[in-house]
Formats: sequence, C-alpha cells, structure tokens
Amino acid sequence: MLAYDFMRTAFAAAGIAGVLAGLVGWFVVVRGQSFAGHALAHIGFAGAAGALWLGAPPLAGLIVAALAGAGWIGALADRAQGRDVAIGLVLSVSLGLGLLFLHLVSGSASGVTALLFGNVLGVSHATLMTLAAMAVVCLLVLGVIARPLLFASLMPDNAAARGVRVGAVGTVFLLVVALATASCAQVTGVLLVFTLMVAPPATALELGLPPRAGAALSAVLAVACAWGGLLLAWITDAPVTFWISVLCAVMFGGGRLLRAVSPSPGSAASK
Amino acid sequence: MTAPAFSLAGVTLRVGGRDILRNATFESRTGQFVALLGPNGAGKTTLLRALVGLVPTRTGQIRVLGASPRAARGRVGYMPQARALTVPSLSGADYLRAALHGARWGLTLRRDTHEIDRVLDLVSARDIAPRPIGTLSGGERQRLALAQALLGRPELLLLDEPLASLDPARVGDVVALTRDLRDALGLTVLFCAHDINPLIGTADAVLYVANATARLGPVEAVITTESLSALYGVPVEVVRARGHVFVMAGTVPAAGGECCAHG
Repeated sequence: MLAYDFMRTAFAAAGIAGVLAGLVGWFVVVRGQSFAGHALAHIGFAGAAGALWLGAPPLAGLIVAALAGAGWIGALADRAQGRDVAIGLVLSVSLGLGLLFLHLVSGSASGVTALLFGNVLGVSHATLMTLAAMAVVCLLVLGVIARPLLFASLMPDNAAARGVRVGAVGTVFLLVVALATASCAQVTGVLLVFTLMVAPPATALELGLPPRAGAALSAVLAVACAWGGLLLAWITDAPVTFWISVLCAVMFGGGRLLRAVSPSPGSAASK
Repeated sequence: MTAPAFSLAGVTLRVGGRDILRNATFESRTGQFVALLGPNGAGKTTLLRALVGLVPTRTGQIRVLGASPRAARGRVGYMPQARALTVPSLSGADYLRAALHGARWGLTLRRDTHEIDRVLDLVSARDIAPRPIGTLSGGERQRLALAQALLGRPELLLLDEPLASLDPARVGDVVALTRDLRDALGLTVLFCAHDINPLIGTADAVLYVANATARLGPVEAVITTESLSALYGVPVEVVRARGHVFVMAGTVPAAGGECCAHG
C-alpha cells in the first residue's frame, strides 16, 4: 500500500491534519465553539468555490475566506446574543454562494465532491508542503497563546482580571481554527471537518483527562481515525471520509461506554 | 494609620449609558473586612470589576494597594460570580493549574504544585481537588473558587457573591473561612453579599451602593434608617431584632416589592 507515492502523500497529509485537528479541536470543544468551527468550514467552501471560478487554487480561496470568517466571528464575540443566528445565516449564505460559484464553473462534479467530501488520495506534493507550513504556523501560535487561551476559556472573568486580553486571544485562536479547518478540509472535505475536529477531543474530555494529556490524546485519536480511514478505504474501496466519520463516531461511543463501565476514581469517590 | 487598601476619589463609573457611581469618594483601611451591599443592579459587580481595572472611570481616581487598579492586579485576588461550568469533566486542580500563571504566554514544563497545594490547604480542599468539578457541590466549588482567588498571595480579596446559591448551613462556613483567611494572612476583604445578616459580627465596615451613590462606614452607622433613606432617596426603615437587621422600603413591610431586602 505504501509503495504508491499517492498513498504515502495521503498518509502524510492525513497525519498533519489529524495532529492539527486534535490539538486545535481540544480547545474548540472546551470553548464550546463547535458551531463557529463548523461555520468556518462552510465559509471556506465559498472561498474555495470562488477561487475555482476565478481560476485560482481552491486551497488559497479556502484559507482566505476562512481567515476572514474567523476575524468576523471574533468581532462578534462581544455580542453573545444573536451570535449563533448571525453565524448560522452567514453559514447558509456561504453554502449558497459556493453553489453559485460551482454552477458558474460548470461541469466539474468531481471537483465539487472533492471540496465537500475531501480527496486525500489526490493531494499533490505542493499541497502537502502547504499543509505542513500551515501546521507549523498553527502549532507555533497555539503554543504561544495556550496558557492565556486555556485560562480565558475556563474562567473568562478571572482571566480578564489577571490581565488576559480575552477578546484578542479568542480572535487569534479563531484564526488558528480557520487554518486548521482549511488543512483538515483537504482530507475530509468541508462538510466533515467536524468529525476530526470534534469527536477526538470530545472523547478525550469524556475520559476526564487533564488539559495536556487530553489534548495529546485528542491528537493521537484524530491521527488514528484519519489513518484508519485510509487503511479501511484501501481494503474496502469505500470513500476515505466515510470511514473517518464512522471511526470517529465509534471512538466517541467507545469513550462514553468506557467511562460508564469504569468511572474515574474521582467521581467514584464522590458517590 | 496605614495606607488604604482601596480608595475612590470623586469616581464616576458608567456602564451601558447608566451611572453606576457618581462622584463617589471612600476608602477602606488595610486589614478590614468590608461587606459590599446594595440592591440588585446597583453596580456591586461593576465596582468590583473597576477595582481590577476592567471598567474605566469617567472621572476621578481609583487606587488599589497604593497603585492603579491595573498595576495592582498581581496583588489582588478576584472571585467573580459563579457561572455555568464550562468543562465539568476537568478537575478542580486542573482549573487551579490553568489559573496559576495563566496570563503568561508560551508553554511551560515546570509545574508549581507547591503554590496549588498551599491554596488548597488554606481552604481545606486538598481532598476534593482531584475530583471532576461537575461532581462537586456548590459549597465545594465555592471553596475552590476561593482557592483560585488566593493564588499568588494577594493582599486584597474581592469576592463577588460568594454566598449565592448556598444553603444556610454553608453560608456560615464560607463567612467563617473568609474571616479566618483574613486573620491568618492579614488580608483586606471586600465581600459582596445580598444580605448583611450572615456578616454581622464579622464585617468591620459596610460599603453600601445604591442610586449611584456609595457610603462606607461601620455597620451601625451605615445600616440605619437615616443613612439608607438618604442613599435610596426614598424613606427606608431599618429594624433590628434578635441580632438581625431588616431593611424595609416605605412604611409597608409587605411581601414583594422592595421590602425585606435584608431579612
């Protein structure tokens, strides 16, 4: 299987996307921003489709649109009320716009499927290099903001009182989410970025792991799901993204079951 | 006399187009246990947030521990009003570790377990710290929140409604714990509450906020018919009975309305 160049590239791309989705996703779930993350993928879709129409590389359009969306959602942060409605509206308009752009391009059904559901087997070397560069940028920024971000996510009022610029840190984080979304979309497509970014961290949190161990496990699980999906697709000839979504769901269910069967020592002591 | 722990000089605070304080001047002495009282929406929380530099003053000057509120941040322990839990599966110790040096950039491998253990011991919460925070009772969470405020050895504690949603038995525990911490660590405490009664005998002074005015003084001097009537701008009657204080608006101590705020 690994004798083929496209499979080696696919495994590399899936690994990069998995690490990024697992680590960034841990914060997304802790901050309760799953919906915002989901919306960024759709805004990115409009960007990618627009880029196709203009004859530009779709990944570039995806990144630009997702980053712009992240800046916009970050600016909304002060107004908690009506925020989900605003995000939801932009999400649907983005999908509509994306559809229009694809209609204008016309006759590239495979391109549409690749955008929506991913085409990890078709990742080029150049794209792989872009993914790697994006991952490095994301992880560096995440490393720098990790502590204030965690503080602000768990205890926003306390963090602000200790001098954390909660709004600014949140906006920088959304930009990181946008980049992570764009690279994940190369593997799972924009519609299913969610699986890799939410299921692994949710599983790690379900197990009651502290932040460092939880984020690390989340990354390991995300890579495992991405690689497992490639492997199963190779064996069964079903789409990679189908298997990734199935593995993620099974993993989350397994995590819940594991906790139900053996409660953590802490919660057992309280009973 | 020592320098005031916090002082306001001619301070006006305005939030959402409404004056919370207008030209307020008062100061607290170091080591005092000050009860912060006032009707709902009077701006108790806003005042506490101003003391940690989160609400700008329109006029006047706030000094905290002899410095500006922002400069004093590292020496002030702030416990905000309890919010809904963000991540119930994380432990109390995880929350404390996130708060300790949480304002610093970058990652660190060093773990200051000593400081975490110190604050946990201060509130006798070592045994509950490893448990998921979602499994703790309101009183246990309140103790951990107090531990969080004690990180970094503050000199001034600002506590926003630590008695909210506690059952009566726990109310006394939290007040006694706060008083003991004040005595042991030489802290100044500003304790925001709905009701003066659990704090009678503990509070050295009362800071009463109403109608954009504030008055700080001994309990007997501030919680009086004359003083509160002046603060509210309407007749208010204060009745003392069996060591309790009842504040009644107007002449009708009826159910509902403005009555019985401190019963």
